[in-house]
Amino acid sequence: MDTNGSLNGNVPAGPLAEKWDNHRFNMKLVNPANRRRYKVIVVGSGLAGGGAAATLGELGYNVDCFCYQDSPRRAHSIAAQGGINAAKNYQNDGDSTYRLFYDTIKGGDFRSRESNVYRLAQVSANIIDQCVAMGVPFAREYGGQLANRSFGGAQVSRTFYARGQTGQQLLLGVYAALSRQIAAGTVKMHSRTEMLEIVLVDGQAKGVITRNLVTGEIEKHAADVVIMATGGYGPVFYLSTNAMGNNVTASIRAYMKGAYFANPCYTQIHPTCIPVSGDHQSKLTLMSESLRNDGRIWVPTKEGDPRGPAEIPEDERDYYLERMYPSFGNLAPRDIASRAAKRACDEGRGVGDTGLGVYLDFTDAIKRLSLPVVQQRYGNLFDMYEKITGENAYEVPMRIYPAIHYTMGGLWVDYNLMSNIPGLFVLGESNFSDHGANRLGASALMQGLADGYFVAPYTVGNYLASQTPGDYSADSSEFTQAADDVKDRIHRVLSIDGKRTVTSFHRELGMICWDYCGMARTDQSLKKALDLIPALKEEFWENVSVPGSGDELNPELEKALRVADFLEFAELMCYDALVREESCGGHFREEYQTEEGEALRDDEHFSHVSAWEAPRNGGRPILHKENLEFEEVEFSVRSYK
Amino acid sequence: MDLTLRVWRQKDGQSTGSLETYQVSGIIPDMSFLEMLDVTNERLIEEGKEPIAFDHDCREGICGACSLVINGKAHGGFSGTTTCQLHMRKFNDGDTITVEPWRASAFPVLKDLVVDRTSFDRIIQAGGFISANTGGAPDGNAVPIPKPDADAAMDAAACIGCGACAASCPNGSAMLFVAAKVSHLAHLPQGVPERGQRVLSMVARMDEEGFGNCTNHAECEAMCPKDISISHIAKMNREFIRATVRGE
Ligand SMILES: Cc1cc2nc3c(=O)[nH]c(=O)nc-3n(C[C@H](O)[C@H](O)[C@H](O)COP(=O)(O)OP(=O)(O)OC[C@H]3O[C@@H](n4cnc5c(N)ncnc54)[C@H](O)[C@@H]3O)c2cc1C
Ligand code: SF4
Ligand code: FES
Repeated sequence: MDTNGSLNGNVPAGPLAEKWDNHRFNMKLVNPANRRRYKVIVVGSGLAGGGAAATLGELGYNVDCFCYQDSPRRAHSIAAQGGINAAKNYQNDGDSTYRLFYDTIKGGDFRSRESNVYRLAQVSANIIDQCVAMGVPFAREYGGQLANRSFGGAQVSRTFYARGQTGQQLLLGVYAALSRQIAAGTVKMHSRTEMLEIVLVDGQAKGVITRNLVTGEIEKHAADVVIMATGGYGPVFYLSTNAMGNNVTASIRAYMKGAYFANPCYTQIHPTCIPVSGDHQSKLTLMSESLRNDGRIWVPTKEGDPRGPAEIPEDERDYYLERMYPSFGNLAPRDIASRAAKRACDEGRGVGDTGLGVYLDFTDAIKRLSLPVVQQRYGNLFDMYEKITGENAYEVPMRIYPAIHYTMGGLWVDYNLMSNIPGLFVLGESNFSDHGANRLGASALMQGLADGYFVAPYTVGNYLASQTPGDYSADSSEFTQAADDVKDRIHRVLSIDGKRTVTSFHRELGMICWDYCGMARTDQSLKKALDLIPALKEEFWENVSVPGSGDELNPELEKALRVADFLEFAELMCYDALVREESCGGHFREEYQTEEGEALRDDEHFSHVSAWEAPRNGGRPILHKENLEFEEVEFSVRSYK
Repeated sequence: MDLTLRVWRQKDGQSTGSLETYQVSGIIPDMSFLEMLDVTNERLIEEGKEPIAFDHDCREGICGACSLVINGKAHGGFSGTTTCQLHMRKFNDGDTITVEPWRASAFPVLKDLVVDRTSFDRIIQAGGFISANTGGAPDGNAVPIPKPDADAAMDAAACIGCGACAASCPNGSAMLFVAAKVSHLAHLPQGVPERGQRVLSMVARMDEEGFGNCTNHAECEAMCPKDISISHIAKMNREFIRATVRGE
């Protein structure tokens, strides 16, 4: 492992609260008459990418936007249920920019960059105003004011929501703004188009190579700047709450071209998902965290108790979160609640056929609040649960189990959200920037829109102001070479003609990652994963079977290319987890825990971002550290007792 | 469960397609319909055959990608359920299940069960938005919105753009989809300034895309997985007449 000096996050000088305002003033502007001459590529149409594409289009830039779905409206931001945070303090309950900032830093277990988080809290209020202006139907009180709820264990009510479909409504707002720019001719949308390579010219990002998913055509797109907002890499674990198409392709391709990948081991596990029902399982469904406001989580006290939940008397039940964390109880943060569930199941006290489940019980809530109130609050979630499991959760307790949900790691970016490759910006879940080692509920939507609407439009403009417009050509040798590389890769994977399906490899990779780099990790388990993954990768390239050709709509080929990239990435993720010899947030190393089994950080040695550079000529990735300096907050131990 | 599947296979947009029959065994009731197709595809690949192409992504009923006509009904016709949320426990051992793509002239087939729905995107581009540039928006509470209005807007905004309405309409009409957007924005004060132009442009675009007329069959409402009510079509008609009368 080669360790260089601290990476520079290009954080502006001055007091924390003034950095962004000062920086905005100091940034260069592009003359409005000139903007049309700059071409901008945006890969991704979720909150982050779609928001950036629409806003840059409004400013007058010439934008090309890409997504792999048939419409930008289907980006996985659509699936977010719970809500979006903003420091509006409409409830007068003591919220402020500073408190949202502080909660986010602490929730991230002191592993994020102070200046970025502060800016996020600052612009959060603008997001709500903007969304309202665009017609997002947020929940309202009878007086017509915006409604809020407390979410994910926050002690103030700062979460805005649109029923259980907040992500959908925010994304449809973005999609509307994007559609308006498409009609205006400032944005050209390329749906069903997947980015398979990034192109650098003299070290600067100048374009992408894509595959038209309908015709199979390999296309070269050149531009003055490239923005990637391609979402999370959760499906490296195969099963997750992500969409089937979520991938790491864009990020890993950029990594292989020299972009640093930061903190890949920070992955978030959500405690309330519907448990796996069998080998056929293709994805996991999240049950909104809001259920924990009224539901009580428990397992039998006895190991392997065969009785049904109704037959287990009160004194033989262990409401373990209430027991272990009396002040937060069932609302303990995600990482803590997830590990507690795993521990109970590891002790043989899990429920359901697989033993990998715990009860989320509404019996007391129904007694306390009445059935109609519970129905009104959670009816849609109970319906969804019944659709999937066939069980009526008003009568039998729900069964839940943790699942991979969000990835805090991502491409390294500086304060301007630019990667170490000049001209490559990375936004939303695909960067590493704001959530440290653990993301708080309702903060990803906030970050996606902050990046897309309010940060990138300024910082990308600042970058473009220093560039001569049109200084690129898709006919240059760099583009031809990159397109040929992509064609070779496709040809190679199609010609293996082996015996195993793509999905069987993906499932096996997922099992390795989940078992050895999942909720709890050890030196030994990670080394095991690092043995198994290269072997699996080798087998993939010898024995995968991908039917059909490259010149047609071929979903198996799409999957194969994504799985090949997951195989590259998984090793990096496990290696990062191995080297980070501490526990923090979602990264729990069993060797590093307190006597009570809580995560034990090592601030002296690990208060840094691990940004990985791809190895040259084989070997291990190269570590670059960005030291995290905390000027405003003091390290403290996260305690939710 | 053992099932007989009759599945629409079509090489591409230029070819003609046909129904092919497959026997699938070992399906369990906990599988989702799409997982049943996954299992079928895994077996087809192992037999060296081409798997069945279908659209899907979130697999939790919200992205609107999945789009199968199952036994003649869009999404299978189970109330409030998208194809991806449908589970095999709704079927019986020995059943024959016919699976086809959306049928509407404005949704051409691309391959097997995958259709082109970009006509919906173009309808939204014609006016399904509020023109508010990023930046400079007034405080979110500056204009109070009565809860019933916010709720009504949300009811309409719940549309996932799947296209089941047009696919199940005998005329191939997209009225429910268009009405949902018009109604969502017309219920909000922010949507009022552009309401006339919006409804006229969206309806004109819908006609240009080749969607048929609405003759009140209400099949759309019955098949809509998000229970979008046809009362929104009435609302849209009122908006349309208002705009026409005012000569907008
Ligand atoms: C079930 C669920 C519930 C959630 N609930 C909440 C919540 O309540 N509150 C909250 O704050 N957060 C929530 N989150 C997290 C949040 O939704 C996401 O982190 C956020 O929406 C990500 O937005 P994004 O724009 O970065 O990426 P996405 O919305 O995932 O968009 C990615 C885009 O990139 C495109 N893309 C990807 N790869 C390629 C490629 N190679 N070529 C071309 N295009 C590509 C895709 O087509 C898509 O358009 C939830 C997440 C899930 C999964
Ligand atoms: S109105 Fe219903 S059926 Fe039509 S697109 Fe919307 S959700 Fe689908
Ligand atoms: S796959 Fe997203 S709604 Fe069915």
